[in-house]
Amino acid sequence: MRSAHGHANAAHPPIWPLYRALVGVGLVCGLLIVSVFVLTGPVIARNEAAALQQAVFKVLPGAVARASFTLGPDGSFHPAGEGDAPPKTVHAGYDAGGRLVGVAIEAQGMGYQDTIRVLYGYAPQSQAIVGMAVLSSKETPGLGDKIEKDPAFLANFQALDVSLAADGESLQRAVEAVKSGSKTLPSQIDGITGATISSQAIAAILRQSSAQWVPLVYRLQGELESEPAAERKGEGETDGGR
Amino acid sequence: MAGADRNAAGAMSTDDFIKGLWRENPVFVQVLGMCPVLAVSNSAVNALAMGLATTFVLVLSNTLVSALRQFIPRQVRIATFILIIATFVTVVDYLIQAISLELHRALGAFISLIVVNCLILGRAEAFASKNTVARSVLDGLGMGAGFTLGLLCLGGAREILGNGSLFGLALFPAAYQPWIVMILPSGGFFTLALWLLLFNHLKLRRQMRESPGNSPVQEATP
Repeated sequence: MRSAHGHANAAHPPIWPLYRALVGVGLVCGLLIVSVFVLTGPVIARNEAAALQQAVFKVLPGAVARASFTLGPDGSFHPAGEGDAPPKTVHAGYDAGGRLVGVAIEAQGMGYQDTIRVLYGYAPQSQAIVGMAVLSSKETPGLGDKIEKDPAFLANFQALDVSLAADGESLQRAVEAVKSGSKTLPSQIDGITGATISSQAIAAILRQSSAQWVPLVYRLQGELESEPAAERKGEGETDGGR
Repeated sequence: MAGADRNAAGAMSTDDFIKGLWRENPVFVQVLGMCPVLAVSNSAVNALAMGLATTFVLVLSNTLVSALRQFIPRQVRIATFILIIATFVTVVDYLIQAISLELHRALGAFISLIVVNCLILGRAEAFASKNTVARSVLDGLGMGAGFTLGLLCLGGAREILGNGSLFGLALFPAAYQPWIVMILPSGGFFTLALWLLLFNHLKLRRQMRESPGNSPVQEATP
């Protein structure tokens, strides 16, 4: 190869070293990335499952075990399998006696700067939202991000009324955000001063998601009551981990 | 290769490490990699994590580039360097996800953007491709430490002023009204400007002391 290109060496370097360098470095880099991916994959899956587990127990006070269900095309719940994910999958939480405490549902919507993802717990017995946690958001630090940690705001979600209307298909009153301190109905969320848009966004996400899920979960709660190989608090973590 | 090593400029010295910390500090003197410096320095923890991730990529890419420097023809060097850097950034991305998902979420897109941090390609091209592995590792460590230090200076100041805390520990009584603008993007520019002012002031004073005859204004022009 070198001799074939010898006459042009001054202007064009031999091709072989170029191939050798690019292909060689590409090969080494590819091997490195794949090895790291294989090594960290299970750990990452375990972290994700643990984070989800923690969030589910946070929004469903009293739950010590969880199982995931996916809404099938036939309109009933099946135990979630590998690869099932929201929006069709929900997580049922059970207390120590194996009774259904509630269902944790993931929902998302537009916030002030970017999509906000939340997980909220719906308890069919009390027909209320009993907890809410923000899974990811990029709201303004110091203002909008109070939706994640402001205790007064989070207190709204200890018992947020989402009871069904008489027809069982829609909610009696839609969830809505009101100006801070002017909450009068159990279905209203006391907003945060200085973070009106973020508070409204949370209310809109819950309004939309609850209108869709609450009638369904309430009607089908019998299917969720059995506890198929639920994962208990503290015990191993994973759906996806190997 | 051994012959080339011996010919490479000078033996390894502590200066390879020290210069990155102060005299050629990537943030305050070379003003390189400003995108992550401004974006991820809103808290001390984020700044530290970003600094360490960049140091990791910098040291490993410097090592590999320097080890392969005889093997890489000049014509394809940039493509090869970018490939090497992108590989280590991907590695760091997975490692951070394995260490803490929360941290990964906080650093967001900026981990992937380490690829285009001009500091790393700059060191590969300007130093590692011309020097021995040992010296390149020292250079990477020094530049990485300097970058981390710069990020921490910004992140610490911004977190103290904007959130009243440092590394998440509250420093002031509850009555303290945090200066929220400091943790917003504009606060990054303010803080960086103040630190650059300080560094340039120190540099100018040293130059005036070293050569009292010269006018400081001429000296200061880069």
